[in-house]
Amino acid sequence: MNKVISSAEEAVSTIQDGSTLIVGGFGLCGIPENLIRGLCESGVRDLTVVSNNCGVDDWGLGLLLENRQIRKMIASYIGENKRFEQQFLRGEIEVELVPQGTLAERIRAGGAGIPAFYTATGVGTEVAKDKEHQLFNGRTYILEKAITGDFALVKAWKADSLGNLVYRKTARNFNPLAAAAGKVTIAEVEELVAPGCLDPDHIHTPGVFVQQVLAGGHFQKRIERLMTARV
Amino acid sequence: MQTNRQLILRRALKEIKDGMYVNLGIGMPTLIADLIPASIQVMLQSENGLLGIGPYPKAEEVDPDLINAGKETVTIKPGGCYFDSAESFSMIRGGHIDLAILGGMEVSGSGDLANWMIPGKMVKGMGGAMDLVQGAKRVIVIMDHVNKYGESKVKQKCSLPLTGSQVVHSLITDLAVFQFADGKMKLVELQEGASLEEVRSKTEADYLIDDTLLLNR
Repeated sequence: MNKVISSAEEAVSTIQDGSTLIVGGFGLCGIPENLIRGLCESGVRDLTVVSNNCGVDDWGLGLLLENRQIRKMIASYIGENKRFEQQFLRGEIEVELVPQGTLAERIRAGGAGIPAFYTATGVGTEVAKDKEHQLFNGRTYILEKAITGDFALVKAWKADSLGNLVYRKTARNFNPLAAAAGKVTIAEVEELVAPGCLDPDHIHTPGVFVQQVLAGGHFQKRIERLMTARV
Repeated sequence: MQTNRQLILRRALKEIKDGMYVNLGIGMPTLIADLIPASIQVMLQSENGLLGIGPYPKAEEVDPDLINAGKETVTIKPGGCYFDSAESFSMIRGGHIDLAILGGMEVSGSGDLANWMIPGKMVKGMGGAMDLVQGAKRVIVIMDHVNKYGESKVKQKCSLPLTGSQVVHSLITDLAVFQFADGKMKLVELQEGASLEEVRSKTEADYLIDDTLLLNR
């Protein structure tokens, strides 16, 4: 049950053209930066990528855009990326914009074996177009479908060799949801420990959801908007 | 003399009461956080997974793993906590957040809000706004009354794609405060320096006027 692998190259080697990837992170916070670089180097194409954002022009998922490896993006906010705008306006990339809470719940549902759910989010907007509407207790809801991925790429703070994961601060975000929704989930981590060293009460993602653990990578952890207190 | 922005922010601040859980939208609403006095205890929620947003960090405290929904480095207050995105929107969608204050591009007389997309220009995405307007117990929109061309942003009907239909409870602009009920908009306050005539000339939507404003003329 040792799930540890040693290189990003090995980790992404089974990801093929046309795969659907669910990628954790919010902005540049908690993104699997080593796995993304591995995908850049593997050159795999026609990817469908499900992630809250699409990085910035020269970092995160923006690197895959630059290489034109993404065919379709499912995200809630893509406003930080000029290259995205160009590819979108030229019709080179397909985009599905999903409200952030609906995106989170669609991924959560995917991992939890729930095929669809009703939500009031998006009722009366473009998001509700062509979706089933249903009245519950006098309020209108729309049916939203679960998302699963051929692969999920996540970033955790600590892991053991069984794939139990602990995240740090707001770098958690979509990562636990993504981890459960991938047929194959690859986690890259800052620190690898032996089984038994993580407090079982503090494990965020149980190892059953994780197939591979990539340790030993270098993390840049770029900051998108550095703000400091006025002294 | 206060700037338009100060008028809006200071009026919005009055809506934040002790004990509330509040989500402040990206942009102008985020600036309200700095104005909240120490005497009012509130927990600010950030939809990327943080309850209890603290002030911006000192240079030596900056942590790339700790950001707000605007992707800015922040700190956490004592008693704050972290959670994943699904739990974050359980708080929002499940009606556990007392108040959401959001920016707006257009608000209609029936309480529709448009604030996420301008067709033909870049589509940035709705982020968490569509969830917030449906799920928060109270939704307040803050925005300038007119755009840079002097055109009313308070519309009979929104021309931009909606974030939500009949979701706004209050609208605070640099000229006035409106409340919404049963699909109708009512002018309830004038901002400092504004007159009923000015509000009328700069508001495209139809609206009712609260009796107190008529009596005090």
